[in-house]
Amino acid sequence: MIFRRSVILDELVDRWLSKVAALVAVYLMFRGHNAPGGGFAGGLVMGSVFVLQFLTGREPHLRHRPIRRPTVLLGVGLLTALVPTVAPLAVGASPLESHIWKFDAPIIGEAKLVSSTLFDVGVFLVVVATVLMVLLSLGARGTSLVGDDGGQAP
Amino acid sequence: MALFLAVAAHFVAGFLLLFGLRRQPAIGAVAGLLVLLATAATVVVGGVGADEPLRATVGWIPILGFNFVFALDGFAVVMALLVSVLGFAVLLYSLAYFDHDSTFARFIGLFMAFAGSMTGLVLAADLFTMFVFWELTSVCSFLLIGLNDKSESARRSAVRALLTTGAGGLCLLGGVGIFQVQLGTTSFAELVSLAPTGDLIDVAAVLLLLGAFTKSAQFPFHFWLPGAMAAPTPVSAYLHSATMVKAGIVLLARTAPVFAESGIWRWAVVTVGITTMMIGGWHALRQTDAKLLLAHSTVSQLGLLTVLFGIGSPLATFTGVAHLVAHAVFKAGLFLGVGVIDHEIGTRDVTRIGVARTKLRGTVVAIMVCTLSMAGIIPLFGFVTKEKALVALLEADFGTVGWVALVGVVLGSVLSVAYSARLVHALFGEAGQQVATHADGHGTDATHHGASSFARVVLAAPVFATAAVSLIFGFVATQVGKWLVAPSTSLDVAAKSKLVLWPGINDALVISVLVILVGVVVGWRMPLAVANTGGSRGERAFDSLYDAILTASKRITRVTQPGSLPMYVAVTVLVVGIAAVVSIAADGLPTLDGFVTDSPLTVVVAMLTAVLAVGIAVVSMRFTAALFLGGVGFGIAALFLMRGAPDLALTQALVETLTIVIFLLAMRSMPRQFIPASKWAPVSLRVLIAAGVGVVLPMVMLAAHSARRAPSVAGEFVSRSVDEAGGANVVNVILVDFRGFDTLGEITVLVVAALGVVNLVRVAERHRRARERKLATTTQSDAGSAT
Repeated sequence: MIFRRSVILDELVDRWLSKVAALVAVYLMFRGHNAPGGGFAGGLVMGSVFVLQFLTGREPHLRHRPIRRPTVLLGVGLLTALVPTVAPLAVGASPLESHIWKFDAPIIGEAKLVSSTLFDVGVFLVVVATVLMVLLSLGARGTSLVGDDGGQAP
Repeated sequence: MALFLAVAAHFVAGFLLLFGLRRQPAIGAVAGLLVLLATAATVVVGGVGADEPLRATVGWIPILGFNFVFALDGFAVVMALLVSVLGFAVLLYSLAYFDHDSTFARFIGLFMAFAGSMTGLVLAADLFTMFVFWELTSVCSFLLIGLNDKSESARRSAVRALLTTGAGGLCLLGGVGIFQVQLGTTSFAELVSLAPTGDLIDVAAVLLLLGAFTKSAQFPFHFWLPGAMAAPTPVSAYLHSATMVKAGIVLLARTAPVFAESGIWRWAVVTVGITTMMIGGWHALRQTDAKLLLAHSTVSQLGLLTVLFGIGSPLATFTGVAHLVAHAVFKAGLFLGVGVIDHEIGTRDVTRIGVARTKLRGTVVAIMVCTLSMAGIIPLFGFVTKEKALVALLEADFGTVGWVALVGVVLGSVLSVAYSARLVHALFGEAGQQVATHADGHGTDATHHGASSFARVVLAAPVFATAAVSLIFGFVATQVGKWLVAPSTSLDVAAKSKLVLWPGINDALVISVLVILVGVVVGWRMPLAVANTGGSRGERAFDSLYDAILTASKRITRVTQPGSLPMYVAVTVLVVGIAAVVSIAADGLPTLDGFVTDSPLTVVVAMLTAVLAVGIAVVSMRFTAALFLGGVGFGIAALFLMRGAPDLALTQALVETLTIVIFLLAMRSMPRQFIPASKWAPVSLRVLIAAGVGVVLPMVMLAAHSARRAPSVAGEFVSRSVDEAGGANVVNVILVDFRGFDTLGEITVLVVAALGVVNLVRVAERHRRARERKLATTTQSDAGSAT
């Protein structure tokens, strides 16, 4: 990408906003079961993080490592969502039936984990991967669908 | 349970080879041999002499009533033994036949998977289980025929075989469905005791026949079997003569007691069977490739088996079991024997294989013995069963159809003797004198570098073994007959009979002698060198049908998918709009019952959104339109929020944000302005369609809102959400739990869409690069010519 670099964008977006937004994304995913949010929304926020990075003129990256093959993430996400779908069959329950674990965690007290959270994690990963794939392929340098390099010029 | 484990072990061994042990095929082969031996042992221990057949039921999808049901009755014992013992022989043989490379590993892997499928098929106690393994054998056969995936003819043959047997498999599935729905069972035992009748049952019978005929290469589906000879010889020997093609026969054997007395069954079986016998026999006389000769002879013999098992007389069924064994043994020996010649001499041409009789004396003698068994010459086992077949048909009391069967089988037997004689002629006749040592154009698949002496023993052993069995079974026919009583009575309780080597002089023997005399004369006189006809008529018919279907589908696609986005949108909205108009015309205009405005702000936001929507249609710049579109999306998100759906609003807002960015990315490579409307869809027409749909769709939504008849599930979802799914956000619980399958489907669509986008862009990129390269070379050459 040939963007002019901006200190504000670099500092603000890449250093701080990305990190906060990534936290928000994960938070949205986990709280989804009880309050607005969920894997889809969380994944979209995470996707926006990468879009932001992209708009500041960098490749989408995670902890300084550029993400080049989101396809893997796509597959991992779909498989993750399949686990809680299929696993109940092994114990004789119907597919996607939720199992609720309750336990006492240190500091936060009584906690609850529902098996369908894993399903939401899968949705999260698929959504993130989809955004990344679209971003990387459509945003790639020199990409041209009809031969006219419309908005390419700096 | 032992039965299930036996079947499963094959697949485990197969998968190990396909994915794990590719570097060490020999180790895998030994594992495979052990599995086959263990299966044979299980079958003998569990099945021979048992009063009650061993049974095993393994649940698959118990909720839907889908289970694997196996039963080791007498017939299953015989078939499973054939599958595992012949499998053992062929696998051993292949160790010396192939180079030990990765193709060999793939071969053994598929071979074991096939052996497992076939074992499952013969052990199946109901049609459903049989169908599952039936399809597996089709797939394995397809992969094995196309083992040499670099040969185009092998690939074509594989596709032909797959589509033909696959179509038959669908017919079988139809039959299974009818039984399950009509009778609630597909168990063979229950079908026989229910003895169902009715139009639908007749349909099922025809479907089962189609399945059996395609699988066992009966007329008019016989063409795929000779094509399947593109596979390496061990595959042909095992799948396409001894085992898989018997699957159709097994199906006939299991279902004939149900249908034999009904409607067209007997006529269909007899006419198809004898036609196949004749056609196969005739073609076998016209082949120059010894392997193809054997392939056509298999078609012919399968015709005979179809008649014997399908006609539904106890004696014929008994004979069928005996002949099935005889055929499996001698045909496996013949194929493997020809394979040895091919491997050692490098030819399968009938005008040249005579050379083998000096070099491979023992093998040629063994082939000879098998050939005589095929021809039905005393004292071989083939004679015993052929005699019994004639007796069975002479004694059968079926009127015209019985006589047709008898005459057909006699004529078919003449051809059998004739092609056998021709094979003997090729091996021992004067033609063999003209020594031609180098390989010919018959596409040998063997690596004929002259095997080591040990390998030669391994190659020859199964050929000798099958020849020995053909010979010994002839002499101990009485004992073999006793063994075969249990298998045939498990198909038909009345099918009790005896086998003898020398029946005394009777009608059948007289017929036999005449058949042999005529056959030998015809066969010996038939020229060995025949002009190559290039593909059978069946193959050509199949190919033209196949091509026609492809062409037609391409044409349909070109009409329905012209690639014009405006057209797709127009068709979609028009169809919805017309459907709405029709339903409004039928039920009248919807009322405004469900319509509420809770705050004036809602109205304001809605109107603002509408204005933005109009804006999209009016502006001429794509960029502006994209921004307006985003505005509409945010407007809708705001409406969601106002109506108390924070989850929807959140998602909608996020999606809109990302969509705008993606839109802008895509737009970098598109013209800045919209393309002017084309002539076939002028602006006026577009406005008309858009306005029409815009008026009708809100009405549909109003109607849908007030059309509720069943109570809403919302209350139930809310009340069950916390207790059963552990979540207080019912929207999310619906997504990941109550309606989780929908979500799973949606994210799968998302995956496909993402892959689609990536590949579309990649293809466009490749085209662009190619264009640039072309441009560069032309400029370069221009520059070159200029200097």
